Amino acid sequence: MGKIMNDRNKKLLNVNDLHVSIDDKEILKGINLSVNLGEVHAIMGPNGSGKSTLANVLSGRPGYSITSGSIEYLGENINEELPEIRARKGIFLAFQYPVELPGVRTWQFLKSSVDAIRKENGEKELGVKEFDQLLEVHRNKVEMNPDLVKRSVNEGFSGGEKKRNEIMQLSLLNPTFALLDETDSGLDIDALRIVSNGVNEFKSESNAVLIVTHYQRILDYIKPDFVHVLVDGNIVKSGDGNLALELEEKGYEWIKESISSGN
Amino acid sequence: MLKEYLSSLDEQFVSQNQSEQEWLRSLKLEAFNTLREIGFPVSRKGNEKWKYTSVSPIVNNVFLLSKPKDINIDEIKKQAPWSDDWYNIVFVDGFINKNISNIPDSGISVSSLGLSENSIGELIDFSDDGFAALNSAFLSDGLIVSIEDSFDTSKVLNIIFYNSGTELEFNNPRLHITAEENSSSVIIESYVGGSNQNSLTNSVTEMELKSSAKITHYRLMSESNNTYNVGYGRVRLSDDTEFYSSSFFRGANIGRYDLNVLVDGERSHCDLKGLYVTSDEQHMDNFINIDHAKPNSSSNLFYKGILSGKSKAVFGGTVLVRKEAQKTFSVQSDKNLILSDQAEVDSKPALFIYADDVQCAHGATAGNIDEDSVFYMRSRGIDLEAASKLLIYGFADEIISFVEETELKNFIEQKFLESLPSYKFEF
Repeated sequence: MGKIMNDRNKKLLNVNDLHVSIDDKEILKGINLSVNLGEVHAIMGPNGSGKSTLANVLSGRPGYSITSGSIEYLGENINEELPEIRARKGIFLAFQYPVELPGVRTWQFLKSSVDAIRKENGEKELGVKEFDQLLEVHRNKVEMNPDLVKRSVNEGFSGGEKKRNEIMQLSLLNPTFALLDETDSGLDIDALRIVSNGVNEFKSESNAVLIVTHYQRILDYIKPDFVHVLVDGNIVKSGDGNLALELEEKGYEWIKESISSGN
Repeated sequence: MLKEYLSSLDEQFVSQNQSEQEWLRSLKLEAFNTLREIGFPVSRKGNEKWKYTSVSPIVNNVFLLSKPKDINIDEIKKQAPWSDDWYNIVFVDGFINKNISNIPDSGISVSSLGLSENSIGELIDFSDDGFAALNSAFLSDGLIVSIEDSFDTSKVLNIIFYNSGTELEFNNPRLHITAEENSSSVIIESYVGGSNQNSLTNSVTEMELKSSAKITHYRLMSESNNTYNVGYGRVRLSDDTEFYSSSFFRGANIGRYDLNVLVDGERSHCDLKGLYVTSDEQHMDNFINIDHAKPNSSSNLFYKGILSGKSKAVFGGTVLVRKEAQKTFSVQSDKNLILSDQAEVDSKPALFIYADDVQCAHGATAGNIDEDSVFYMRSRGIDLEAASKLLIYGFADEIISFVEETELKNFIEQKFLESLPSYKFEF
C-alpha cells in the first residue's frame, strides 16, 4: 500500500439498503452505512430498534436472513460469508452477553482463536511459550486476573470480568473492524474506564470501531466521529458526537417526534 | 432361541470341570438352579431394573463357555490403559494370564478362586439377577485381592479383562477386593478387546471396604462394537471409608452396569461419577443404587452422557436413605449432550428418603450443543468442527478432569472422544 491513502482504499464497510428478517419478521428495513478506516461510529437507539440485529448480522450470526441489500467488507460482498471466515478476515464482535463455555479453558479457546486467524494470514501456529507471552501483554492491558485464563471461558466470571475478557480478546486478536454490542451494559465506572481505555488503545488509522449502545455514557470515554440513530429498523438521523449528547438530554422520544413532524 | 440357549447352558453346566472343590461346585449348582428358576431379565413395564434394555439380542445367541487363550502383551497395551509402573493383571476371556501379569508381592495378598470359600459371593445375591446367577454358575476364574494398609499407594492396580472376541463365546470373570482397615489404593478395572463377532463378557465385581479404607476405582468399558458386556458390581462401605468410583463407557454393542453401593458405615463418603459416550447403534445402561443404611455419611452421584448416531443410553440412579440414616448428605445428577436427532436417553434419577433429617438433591438434563456457544467461538475464527469438538471435550472434561493418573486420562481422551464422529449442525 502507498503511504498516501485515498478515500477509496480507506473504505472498510459499505452497507447498502440492507433488509434483514428473523422468522419472517423484518427487523432492519433498509440500512445504509459507510465506515472508513480510522473512524469510530456509534449506533444509538431505543430498545427493539434493531441495534443488536445490525451488529449480529454484520458478524454473520446464523438465524438472520438478508432479504435484500448487501454488506461489503473490504470491497467484497460478505452476505453469505460464514462467521468464522469473517472473523479471520478481521471482523470482531464484542458480545453484549459473553457466552459461558463450561469445560472449555479460556487459554485453549484463545489459542485456538489466535491460531485460526494466524493460519488465515499464512502464519504458523504459536508455540505455547510464545502464546503465553502474547496473552500476558494483552491481559495486563485490561487488568484481567491471570487465574481467569485457566478457568472455563466466562464461567463464574462477574459481569465486569466478562466484558474485560471481551476487550482483552479485541486487543489480542487485533481485528480490522470491531463491533461492540452494548459493551457498557452492566459495568461500574471503574470497569467502564478500563474497558474504554482498552478500546481507545486499540483504535488506530488502520482499523475502525462500531459501538452499539442505548446510552450515551460510554461515548464520554470513547469519542465517536459519527453517531447514527436507529429507530424501528431505519437510521433516521446521523451526525457527529454532539448528536449523542443531544439524545441524552432530550431522549429518544424527541427523535421519534421530530421524524413524525417531518423535521 | 432363548430356550435353545438355556438348554445349551444345561449341557455346558454338566460338562464343567468336575475336579473343583466341593464348596465351589455346590455354589455353582445353586446359582445354576437359580438361573433356571428366574431366567434372564425381561424388559417390560413394571420391571424397573431392566425397563429400557432388552436382553433378547444377547440371549438369542447360543454362547459357549470361553476357553483359556494366550495373548501377545503388545496387543493388550494397544487396547487397554497401561503403564509399566503399575501392577498389571490381565484376564483373557475370563482367565487370568499369569505370563503377562505382574502380580504385586507386598502389601497385598492375591488368591485364586478355589481358595476363596469364605469371601467369594459374600456381597452378591444372585437370585436378584439372571446374569449374576449366570456368572456364579459358570465362574471361570477370579482375582481375589486383599489390600493391606502397607500397600504402596503410589502403585496402581490395573486389572484388564481382555475379550479375544472369539465368535459366540461367553466368559464370566470375578473380581473380589477387600480393602483392609486403613488401606488406600487405586484400582483400574477395564474391559477391552472384542472383534466383529458377537461375544459376551458377564462379570461380577465385589468390593468390601473395611473401616477407614479408601479406594479410588475406575471402571472402563472400551470394547469393540460387536460385544455384549454385562457387569454386576456390589460394594459395601464400613465406618470412615471413602469410595471414589468413576465409570467410563465407550465400547460394546450393548453395555450394562448394575452397581449397588451399600453405605453400611458412619462418616463415609461414596462418590460415583460416570461418562458414557455412545455412537452408531450402541446401547448403554447404567443402573446405579446407593443405599444409605447408617447415619452421617454422604454420597455424590454424577454422570454425563454424550450420545450420537442412533445410540441409546439409560441412566437409572437411585439413592435410598433408610430410616436410620439420619444426617445423610446426597446429591445426584445426570447430564446428557445429544448430538443427533436419532439418539435417545432415558434418564431416571430417583430418591427414596425414609429419614427426616437429611439433605438430598437430584436432577437430570438432556440437550443439544448450544448454538450461542458455537457462534461465540465461530465469531473468534474457530470453525464449526473445531468449536463443536472443544465443546464436546469441555462437556466430558467435567468428569475426565477428576482422573489423576496421566496414562489413564490420555487413554480415555484418545479412545473415548477422538473416535466420535464429527458433529454436523443444522441451523
